[in-house]
Amino acid sequence: SILCNKTCVCPASQIQTVTLIPGDGIGPEISNAVMKIFEAAKAPIRWEERNVTAIRGPGGKWMIPPDAKESMDKNKIGLKGPLKTPIAAGHPSMNLLLRKTFDLYANVRPCVSIEGYQTPYTDVNLVTIRENTEGEYSGIEHVIVDGVVQSIKLITEQASKRIAEYAFEYARNNQRASVTAVHKANIMRMSDGLFLRKCREAAEKYKDVKFTEMYLDTVCLNMVQDPTQFDVLVMPNLYGDILSDLCAGLIGGLGVTPSGNIGANGVAIFESVHGTAPDIAGKDLANPTALLLSAVMMLRHMGLHGHAKKIESACFDTIRDRKVLTKDLGGNSKCSEFTEAICQRMKDMD
Amino acid sequence: MVLYRVLSSSPNKPANALQSTLLNMQETIREPMVQDPTQFDVLVMPNLYGDILSDLCAGLIGGLGVTPSGNIGANGVAIFESVHGTAPDIAGKDLANPTALLLSAVMMLRHMGLHGHAKKIESACFDTIRDRKVLTKDLGGNSKCSEFTEAICQRMKDMD
Repeated sequence: SILCNKTCVCPASQIQTVTLIPGDGIGPEISNAVMKIFEAAKAPIRWEERNVTAIRGPGGKWMIPPDAKESMDKNKIGLKGPLKTPIAAGHPSMNLLLRKTFDLYANVRPCVSIEGYQTPYTDVNLVTIRENTEGEYSGIEHVIVDGVVQSIKLITEQASKRIAEYAFEYARNNQRASVTAVHKANIMRMSDGLFLRKCREAAEKYKDVKFTEMYLDTVCLNMVQDPTQFDVLVMPNLYGDILSDLCAGLIGGLGVTPSGNIGANGVAIFESVHGTAPDIAGKDLANPTALLLSAVMMLRHMGLHGHAKKIESACFDTIRDRKVLTKDLGGNSKCSEFTEAICQRMKDMD
Repeated sequence: MVLYRVLSSSPNKPANALQSTLLNMQETIREPMVQDPTQFDVLVMPNLYGDILSDLCAGLIGGLGVTPSGNIGANGVAIFESVHGTAPDIAGKDLANPTALLLSAVMMLRHMGLHGHAKKIESACFDTIRDRKVLTKDLGGNSKCSEFTEAICQRMKDMD
């Protein structure tokens, strides 16, 4: 490890430990790809591997394994591959468990068009920021009478304020020009109205960032016609669920889209949001781009901009070059060959 | 939260031959919609999702200025409508594009069983747009609303 002289303040040269959750299916192989690329980039990261398969704690409550929680609480930063959804009855969703354990309140997805991987849309460069703890997914439903069900959409001042301020802080830290609140306060006057008010209040504190408001249906209409008009978008849970996947689709899908989850107490977990792809697991066919770009997002979050830029450029250049691409990107290279091509580019950069 | 995707079969098959597939919206709908909308057919969904998806799909074909819409009610009532705005800045200037309202009226004719007239008007409208000689400003041309309308009428006279 690199020892830093105690009289010099150079956090970039200190090794930081990050919790790595490889996940299931193609998870382990794409995690290996990322570790290999990070090593080639000489990124000051030490990986601490943990498994998050839910276990029953004392009292029968489902929880993530104590050593995984301990690792995350200590390291604060995590990188996660895809998790399979257990079929066993009563088994909770792993993503939900992680979200609740670490209060992951913001889901952030930067969507940038990738040169060399063509989609019907070009020059996309936007970020969706989704409130991930409440809203339409509060899980509060009840039967009024037979055949009539109500679902409660919960919007709180606290959660709305928190996500709004995160969105503006993100915009400022990442040199984004504007934040747009996506809502339907014309219909849901009290719930979306509260959300919108908190966004407006946050805007007052960040005068250097432009603030606009747009109805969700208008956003969708405009998004498919000209996504280049959008910058940072902040919204409640359900709208975020929809828009984040929509925008991922614009740039090529979940196989190439990074994602980050911001929690309380400085915790942040970056993850690929595609599936475990069991049909190609273990065959050296997977595309590690989504997990790699999520890891790049992680580096930026940690202030390691130089390494982030280096790895990102090597990845994008490899894809732009179109010589070594995995099958889903239109080529016929192996995961290991794609990984090696990226590593080689970084060696050439030095 | 699920989205039922109904794959339509030919009108002559009985209802129980219709296939329905339960699709999780999370996995299947929005991302593929912008990547390949041709994979979809009829989509039925609750209110909010419909608010979102109907506008999204209108965007795929060019926006609210060219999208027809129909509202079906109880007791046989049905109201067909253009879903764009009133465009006060161009009102009264013979600049408007009547396509959305026209296609809604064509939808109305089909609802009423008047398929022959529906086909005729629709073809005349689509042919005029395809020809790209007489188009309103929003469609990329510089013709007046009345000129666009006249072009469609002329095509139908030529059809007879």
